Amino acid sequence: MPYFFENLSRFGGKLAVMGDEQLTYSALESEADGIGSLMQERSLAFCACSNTAESLAAYIGMLRRSVVVMMLDEALDRGLLFRLVEAYSPNYIWCDSTRALDFKGWIPLKDTGRNSLLENPSFLRTAAHHGLALMLTTSGSTGSPKFVRLSYKNISANAEAIAEVLEISPEDRPYCALPMNYTYGLSVMHSHLLYGASLIMSRSQIMTREFWNIFSESGATSLAGVPYTYEILKKIGFLEMDLPSLKAMTVSGGRLDKRLALEFALSCRQKGIRFYSMYGQTEATARMACLPHEMAVEKAGSIGKAVPGGEISLINEEGKRITVPGEVGEIVYRGENVSLGYATNRLDLVKGDENKGVLKTGDMAEFDSDGFFYIKGRRKRFLKMYGKRVNLDEVEEILSNCGYVCGCIGVDDNMRIFTSDDRLLEIKRKISAKLGISPSGIKVERIEGLPRSSSGKVLYSLLEARDA
Amino acid sequence: MNDNMSVYKKSFIEAFDIEESEANSSFRMNSKDEWDSIGHMTLIAILEEAYGVSFETSSIIDFDSFDKGVEILSSMGVSF
Repeated sequence: MPYFFENLSRFGGKLAVMGDEQLTYSALESEADGIGSLMQERSLAFCACSNTAESLAAYIGMLRRSVVVMMLDEALDRGLLFRLVEAYSPNYIWCDSTRALDFKGWIPLKDTGRNSLLENPSFLRTAAHHGLALMLTTSGSTGSPKFVRLSYKNISANAEAIAEVLEISPEDRPYCALPMNYTYGLSVMHSHLLYGASLIMSRSQIMTREFWNIFSESGATSLAGVPYTYEILKKIGFLEMDLPSLKAMTVSGGRLDKRLALEFALSCRQKGIRFYSMYGQTEATARMACLPHEMAVEKAGSIGKAVPGGEISLINEEGKRITVPGEVGEIVYRGENVSLGYATNRLDLVKGDENKGVLKTGDMAEFDSDGFFYIKGRRKRFLKMYGKRVNLDEVEEILSNCGYVCGCIGVDDNMRIFTSDDRLLEIKRKISAKLGISPSGIKVERIEGLPRSSSGKVLYSLLEARDA
Repeated sequence: MNDNMSVYKKSFIEAFDIEESEANSSFRMNSKDEWDSIGHMTLIAILEEAYGVSFETSSIIDFDSFDKGVEILSSMGVSF
């Protein structure tokens, strides 16, 4: 099977993109190559994208030109973007034309009116590993220079596995509501382009009338969401909506509350919608496990089993493989979609496969007597904020760099920041802007001195014990 | 300004974490980055609790500006 970005013109006049704009597969290929041909092979490009036909064309163009692509959010904070430019010295940046004005001295290669392609005047020629295709961040938009290195093999293997397990067909029209710089959102696009399906892309948000008008008018057949998407869907009365074109829904990017999972599973079954709970990480390209829709009700709350070609095992504290149901251990995943490793600067692009197909996920799980896996928590100080993974230690570091001493704890969608600083609102705004997450999930609380151990470490258990 | 209007403004300030001076007619979904899906759902929850009302699907998805919200709430019996 060809890579999803190869030979797109075989789908000819079929629509690759619908929604705000329309673009056929032939047009996508020629637009992509129009952008790709301006760039040198095996160079590095930043792709500061939004879910638009133009961003997709730029991304595909870079892949086709075998340029290493680093995906970034178009709205990434200016300061954080420049930190990344410093760490990676990209040869090119594709960004919003207004943002392009910040890149003084860079050479404009293309300006579509909305987006620009710029070339770095100090063009750094360093090698990149031959297999390296794509770099994605693990941490939403904290601007951390830590990126996951993904190979051509990684992205194609995962796209194929996802397409198989979700029964994706050429007639599908997925509504691409998740950002394409986010591994899960990008994987929706990859797995559908593979079969010549039509991606519905729009700038309108899920809680607007426009979104649902586009949904109906384009005849969307599937919708992918993070757990928070499902909370919104429930609140806006999705379960009572009449959406005859809708055939499949997926949830991934965090743990969906079991009651909500069951409610959607039941409602979807009634309406003939295939409902899939999935599990993934950027480090495994996107997705590692899937609960088949036939079991969505019976095994609600489970992430199912490994996607085709993958294998999941659980390892206990002693590093031994768990063989009995009900015992909690760390998820270790094996498969062709396991990333090559991490990068924190340009020189790391030359690195080869460090993971060798094995990923210790840091997520804790157990399996039942039928072999279905259930996530139980995380080993490290991570939480998900509306689907974005946030490292609490990193949050503290960002705040500390801004001059605020804080201790962070929390659960998914609810971050709590403790500080003895008086600038509570300022801290909230700062971190909300830096992370690109809504302030409503962040609570900043004043405390007289952070509790610390004798070695100076923040005692999180004491923070946890404080009433919210 | 009646009580309902000041509660309405306070709800915007809380949901979107904005200044008091920003909570007015010019606050619209399309022109404010703060008005994302998360802020939107927070606003709806705050208003439902404050006024003891329950929004229907159409009210939630048509609520795209400060003024539109006043119109929607008025039709639900909240007087401004």
